[in-house]
Amino acid sequence: MRIILVDGKGRERELEAIEGWRVMEIIRDHGFPIVAECGGACACGTCQVEVDPQWAAKLHEPRGDELDMLDQNYGGEWSRLSCQLIMTPELDGLRVRLADVAIRKAA
Amino acid sequence: MTQEAISTDVVIIGAGPCGLFAVFELGLLDMKCHLVDILDKPGGQCAELYPEKPIYDIPALPVVSGHELTERLMEQAAPFSPEYHYNEMVEELEKLEDGRFRVKTDGGLVFEAKVVVIAAGGGSFQPKKPPIPGIDAYEGQSVFYSVKRMENFRNKKVLISGGGDSALDWTINLQPVAQSMQLIHRRDGFRAAPDSVNKMHALVEEGKMQFHLGQITALHGDNGQLTGVTAKGNDGSDYEIECDTLLPFFGLTMKLGPIANWGLNLHENLIPVDTGKFQSSEPGIFAIGDINTYPGKLKLILSGFHEAALMAQAAFKYANPDAKVTFQYTTSSTSLQKKLGVA
Repeated sequence: MRIILVDGKGRERELEAIEGWRVMEIIRDHGFPIVAECGGACACGTCQVEVDPQWAAKLHEPRGDELDMLDQNYGGEWSRLSCQLIMTPELDGLRVRLADVAIRKAA
Repeated sequence: MTQEAISTDVVIIGAGPCGLFAVFELGLLDMKCHLVDILDKPGGQCAELYPEKPIYDIPALPVVSGHELTERLMEQAAPFSPEYHYNEMVEELEKLEDGRFRVKTDGGLVFEAKVVVIAAGGGSFQPKKPPIPGIDAYEGQSVFYSVKRMENFRNKKVLISGGGDSALDWTINLQPVAQSMQLIHRRDGFRAAPDSVNKMHALVEEGKMQFHLGQITALHGDNGQLTGVTAKGNDGSDYEIECDTLLPFFGLTMKLGPIANWGLNLHENLIPVDTGKFQSSEPGIFAIGDINTYPGKLKLILSGFHEAALMAQAAFKYANPDAKVTFQYTTSSTSLQKKLGVA
């Protein structure tokens, strides 16, 4: 099982994914500088990704609190919080791009 | 205006869970604390990011909300009469010749303290800026992230962006003052109080304001003065909105802020500390909670509590190099129980 991550510079990486893990955790545990400030509580919006439109329909609809966080973090049409996406076999090959707000930068 | 310095044992920067528990641990050692926080309330992330979210990993509290945890920590700290300074951001921190530290806030408060404890979490909360190219050039002149005086918006063509309470409240409050009022939000749902949303819809129906669905993609204007914006609708089409003032309300985020300028060693925006004293590269300046880093660090509230306890011992020894510290338990020590007001 894998996900395809497009980083801030447009580079594509294939990341080994584990069923039941959050996409945010997979990105973080591969050492990418994802902010994910609140640690996956759907409370900060800094793990935002843009989902490849072809995959969007396979995902569950965002809940109210996820929509709220996307509101506060300038989400677009295909934006989701990667902490709210749980890996399942159906999502094998999921392609996401890290949003600017999710990329940790130097002070 | 020169402010008289407040003299104290400890200044704690940040009134989140770790800062609050540090008051307790330092208090047991008779060290008096002043806490400074940029928010208007205690609790830090617990109060600002997830006041209603349940926390499950506080020892002995199987479930507790961020709000309740904050309340309980305040209660636990109360016997030591900490003094809280809200809506203040610490800007300057310098060491004095006598070994104490001078701490200055953006609001003009000055402290002189024997030790400083940085318990600032992810740094200071700041308004989130929307990622619109060139927005910096308009900030402070025609783009504002907060409303200090409503009069400043009289007869302005105001555009507000966002869907939360701040966005809706200011839409309703500024509408009678402004020449024109428009609100733009990415979807038809709002996280603001339903009553505010209803009021906004009523104003739209009465023709007193306009609501747009979409997201601002570009700003237009000259020399910092806005004349309009381009927005993208949900159908992908672009449209123009005329306005001379933009108020984006996208909540708060944490920035390291002035801590970067205090001459401390930093590693990826965190303060490296040792795991015996939780002291920074500057003796007498300690760092606990999410702001510090060390091998094996976990950003857990409970880790911050442990760090506060060990830090307090080290801070006491730093401030009182000749005093003998006798380690005591609150269960058995009458002197500690007196301090807690229970003996």
